[in-house]
Amino acid sequence: MVIRDRRLRFTVGALGLGVGMLLAQGAAEAADKVKVGMMLPYTGTYASLGNAITNGFKQFVAEQGGKLGGREVEYFVVDDESDPAKATENANKLVKRDSVDVLVGTVHSGVALAMAKVARDSKTLMIIPNAGADELTGPLCAPNVFRTSFSAWQPAYAMGKVVAERGHKNVVTVSWKYSFGEQSVAGFREAFEQGGGKVVKELFLPFPNVEFQPFLTEIANLKPDAVFVFFAGAGAAKFVKDYEAAGLKTSFPLYGSGFLTDGTLDAMGGAGEGVMTTLHYADGLDNAKEKTFRSGYATAYKAQPDVYAVQGYDAAQLLAAGLAGAPAGAFDKDAVMKAMSAATIDSPRGAFTLSKANNPVQDIYLRKAEGSQNKVVGIAAPKLADPARGCKMMK
Amino acid sequence: MDFTSFLIQILNALQYGLLLFLVASGLTLVFGIMGIINLAHGSFYMLGAYLAFALSSLTGNLMLAIVLGIPLAFGFGALLEKLLFVHLYKRDHLQQVLLTYGLILIFEEVRSLTVGDDVHGVAIPALFSASIPLSDTLSYPVYRLVISVVCVALAIGLWWLMQRTRLGMMIRAGSFNREMVQSLGVNIDMLYRTVFALGVALAALAGMLAAPISSVYPGMGGSVLIISFVIVVIGGIGSVWGALVAALLVGFADTFGKVLLPELAGLTVYLLMAVVLLWRPEGIFRKG
Repeated sequence: MVIRDRRLRFTVGALGLGVGMLLAQGAAEAADKVKVGMMLPYTGTYASLGNAITNGFKQFVAEQGGKLGGREVEYFVVDDESDPAKATENANKLVKRDSVDVLVGTVHSGVALAMAKVARDSKTLMIIPNAGADELTGPLCAPNVFRTSFSAWQPAYAMGKVVAERGHKNVVTVSWKYSFGEQSVAGFREAFEQGGGKVVKELFLPFPNVEFQPFLTEIANLKPDAVFVFFAGAGAAKFVKDYEAAGLKTSFPLYGSGFLTDGTLDAMGGAGEGVMTTLHYADGLDNAKEKTFRSGYATAYKAQPDVYAVQGYDAAQLLAAGLAGAPAGAFDKDAVMKAMSAATIDSPRGAFTLSKANNPVQDIYLRKAEGSQNKVVGIAAPKLADPARGCKMMK
Repeated sequence: MDFTSFLIQILNALQYGLLLFLVASGLTLVFGIMGIINLAHGSFYMLGAYLAFALSSLTGNLMLAIVLGIPLAFGFGALLEKLLFVHLYKRDHLQQVLLTYGLILIFEEVRSLTVGDDVHGVAIPALFSASIPLSDTLSYPVYRLVISVVCVALAIGLWWLMQRTRLGMMIRAGSFNREMVQSLGVNIDMLYRTVFALGVALAALAGMLAAPISSVYPGMGGSVLIISFVIVVIGGIGSVWGALVAALLVGFADTFGKVLLPELAGLTVYLLMAVVLLWRPEGIFRKG
């Protein structure tokens, strides 16, 4: 066959070149390396979270002598800037240009949703070390998308249970009006109303607005038994300070998802003292893994680890479990995924397994803010699994 | 909503509006008089908040930190004007946007490198840390009322400066005709440098005063920048009174939007802006 059309000839030539490159790449991969694409925020508001996750991940790799499941680790790093608009392009850089074996990321749920779409479309293995959007292991779940952190529903549901058990009947909720906030309030409401309580009013304000005064006036007017909130970061610090300054803290006990008091207690300057929150991690957990993890982290990074570092550490553990369960040689994704789904992760937070939707089935702790620590008080909900509503893999 | 909580909500609206005025006043000066679109205005607010954090940790006293911080911010503003902004007066707005946007990135990165990305708190001065009970369950922090008083004093002071002093007269004249004022023997470069430095100092003061109630955190400038522009546009560019009235309107729209129209709370401020611009495209107090 003689190709006459010059454009077509060019296309065929390019195709040939492409196939050749693919083959060359295949040969290179026969070496036992695993290519890890880290897509995390290294600048912007969430930079400290991205760094903590990376540190945790690398700490576990270091503990294994620089290897995961017997393989050398090659990192490809992209700063996602917590910008959903750039998320698809960034994820594609790692998947298509660098052809990574596994995507690790990220913090911001909007970015993670775009990443998960790329992972599903390209069938790339993905481990989410933080983003909590329920959808990721709910309606949008996929066999190649794993999570080592939590779903928004989990800590909030556990808190709903606790607040009902503590005998509160009427509760007002306050949150930012975006999906994570709404999912937290929904999870809280579900457990709290099952326990016989009633959410008398759900107050929402647009993200990232932090002018809370009108809502504090509303709360004083409604006189509930308790208040449940979802806020994080600087907004959380401001809310708790304003809540105390308005004199509400003594009349209406404040409860929240753990993000309210994680990394923000110092900024609250004492206003957070005694606030109870729920999360899958706490200060003062008494287990051997936690102790070695803490001392190792403190030595390596000259800083105390936080929940984000734990999630990064466990992402590396999960990947190691998958690689250990797969044959040596070329990266066998299906075998890795199978071993990951079946793994029990010996986490500093306490051991956990994965649900059918690949979200951790884990103890959610009740914590109380003391000084700059969230001290564990007890287990609010043991082995709590996200219901993964809308996930096809649950059947 | 009963009558008491209605009154408290009015107080909330006034208090928020006055704080917004403080933040926007520096922008309206620089934008209105010098014709500079200063996107870095929010960064100066952030600078103020971090100055308050750093100086109050050093001196242990926020009031002292503010007294030290204002001349520092003023000097920094004058320096920036001399080095960078002086080149912008005769150029178009796009180049101003480019420079001031670049400054935002630089300030954020410098902040990240020097102070880090954690959220920090600044203690309220002990003198004002009390709260006044308003109803059986709600009390009002004295510090917020103090901020309101400072804002009112600043509004009056600015008005007096612009309308009743020789400096204000020269500034106003300079905004209409730079060359004419210069040929009358006024050092217009110095005059502009003063106005710009004043704008920076006002933004930094807003950041310093707000630091104890808002916390100090990365990206805090971005949140005030947009609302400041909204206020300047509603009030009419360059008008101090306009900024005050607009800030109070925004305070009311935001507060009562949240209480009465919770579903539209994110929109009320922008609806207000749209309505005002349809009614008076130049803003409420634009002269001439």
